[in-house]
Amino acid sequence: MSSRLDTEIAGLKLKNPTMLAAGILGLSGAFLRKIAEAGAGAVVAKSVGLKPRMGYPNPTAVQVDCGLLNAMGLPSPGIHNFGEEIKEAKKGGVPVIVSIFGFSPDDFAEVARVAVEEGADALELNVSCPHVEKTGSEIGQSPSLVAEVVEEVKNRVDKPVFVKLTPNVADIIKVAEAAVKAGADAMTAINTVRAMAIDVNTTRPILANKIGGLSGQAIKPIAVRCVYEIYRRVDVPVVGCGGIITWQDAVEFMLAGASAVQVGTAVAFEGLDVFRYIAEGIDSYLERMGFGSVKEIVGLSHQH
Amino acid sequence: MSVYLTNINRPRIVRIRGVREENPTVKTFVFQDKHCSEAKPGQFVMVWIPGVDEVPMSLSSINSDGISSITVAEVGEATQVLHQRKIGDILGIRGPYGNSFALASGQVMIVGGGTGLTPLVPLVDSLLKLPAKISFLIGAKTRDELFFLEKIKKAVSKVNVTTEDGSYGLKGLVTDLAEKILEKEEFDMIYACGPEKMMLKMFLLAEQYHMSFQASLERYIRCGIGICGSCCIGEYRICKDGPVFSGRQLRKVKNEFGLFKREADGSKVSL
Repeated sequence: MSSRLDTEIAGLKLKNPTMLAAGILGLSGAFLRKIAEAGAGAVVAKSVGLKPRMGYPNPTAVQVDCGLLNAMGLPSPGIHNFGEEIKEAKKGGVPVIVSIFGFSPDDFAEVARVAVEEGADALELNVSCPHVEKTGSEIGQSPSLVAEVVEEVKNRVDKPVFVKLTPNVADIIKVAEAAVKAGADAMTAINTVRAMAIDVNTTRPILANKIGGLSGQAIKPIAVRCVYEIYRRVDVPVVGCGGIITWQDAVEFMLAGASAVQVGTAVAFEGLDVFRYIAEGIDSYLERMGFGSVKEIVGLSHQH
Repeated sequence: MSVYLTNINRPRIVRIRGVREENPTVKTFVFQDKHCSEAKPGQFVMVWIPGVDEVPMSLSSINSDGISSITVAEVGEATQVLHQRKIGDILGIRGPYGNSFALASGQVMIVGGGTGLTPLVPLVDSLLKLPAKISFLIGAKTRDELFFLEKIKKAVSKVNVTTEDGSYGLKGLVTDLAEKILEKEEFDMIYACGPEKMMLKMFLLAEQYHMSFQASLERYIRCGIGICGSCCIGEYRICKDGPVFSGRQLRKVKNEFGLFKREADGSKVSL
């Protein structure tokens, strides 16, 4: 692949603009490394908190039309058992971003501190998980709470801080602006959309937690709109996430304003090669369209 | 165009058509499902017990007429509830998932321990069509824990049973018997499924005697479709890259296979 794909986000150097999304295979360092070696420009580890969490009982994932519904419940060994995984992940040779969650600003900051100590190149604040109480989107729906968390984390670490936003709000821009004002270095948009599925034969919600988050193709147009709106209003890079399967999806996000894209659900259906396919597709597109760098297409749709 | 496989990845409600008591703690549940009838030996399904849990289970029989089964040991809350289910009750089934045993003709050794026997029965059916000459070794703690014995004896002429307390067959570990056989005989393939320590021992024997090897592994499974990472062993996912792994693959996860697994929270625990 060519140097056309080289890009930079919040000081992180990426060989191509594809990233592994948080929550996908990122529980083990060996797998993060494998995904880096498969062609991802950066990897985001699965959200880790301060203490171990078992997550919800099964069913935790179910297919719906054009998407995947999940409520894992933030299973995590806790940051104090995660250092080994971060170190292993770093052997993949690409930036390792550790997604973190907490139940208070201090929680977030402490997890961030240890993650950086263990080698995290950047942090992504999960203020957008839609199915765990007192964290995730319960924080992410409030601009002031998000600002508090960002400030506390920025005070504790000097690595880039990404904020992953929830689409489950009336106005995503208010949250993005608050996060940036508090010192966030980049936005990731979007996390899953709060959703559910009910089995008609048993009349039961299928997920054990009843409500979960929807990812995949179904949410792509929502995510593209969010990126488009955020790009216009904030001065930090935006990372697009939500239903990206093909290089065309990735380019669409970049035209909306994404400097890079995160791929998650597509890994289940396209395999680990999806990162390489998307990166190669973007590269061919740039060449065909006469662009010298992938940076040139970021936000290009806004000129119309 | 959608890349999603909603038919496979959403629970299909099936009615239990038959329940067979295999031994005091193991029952077989028979059901009809088109997708399972197209499964390959070694593949598994996610079994939803509504209101309780969803657990991975190997298919213990696969028939082209659409009738399949799972064979379940009572080991935890979910399987206890499942054991109360009767003919006419419902289950949710999604899958089949994972790869399958690669079929080998010629001289074949199959080693099954405990409920690890489950996926090996449909394997026998497929191998006999090749044809293959099978030496089947079954290991159990005690006579009461044995099951599928008649079924296997009917299909395979060479069956050896070991129990740890000597209450049936030879007294001792199935791996010790396997070792004695491997000292004298050559096999084109060794298949193993059972407790991981047993599979590790069989893997080491296969390495020692330079024989091809496959084992079906088990881990905590959530999504079943290769994205959540709960069932990772080294660089492999049990649900997508496995559950069947070759000796060559197992060499790559030597510092994990037979040593530790990951809990639901992702932390490592010794096996």
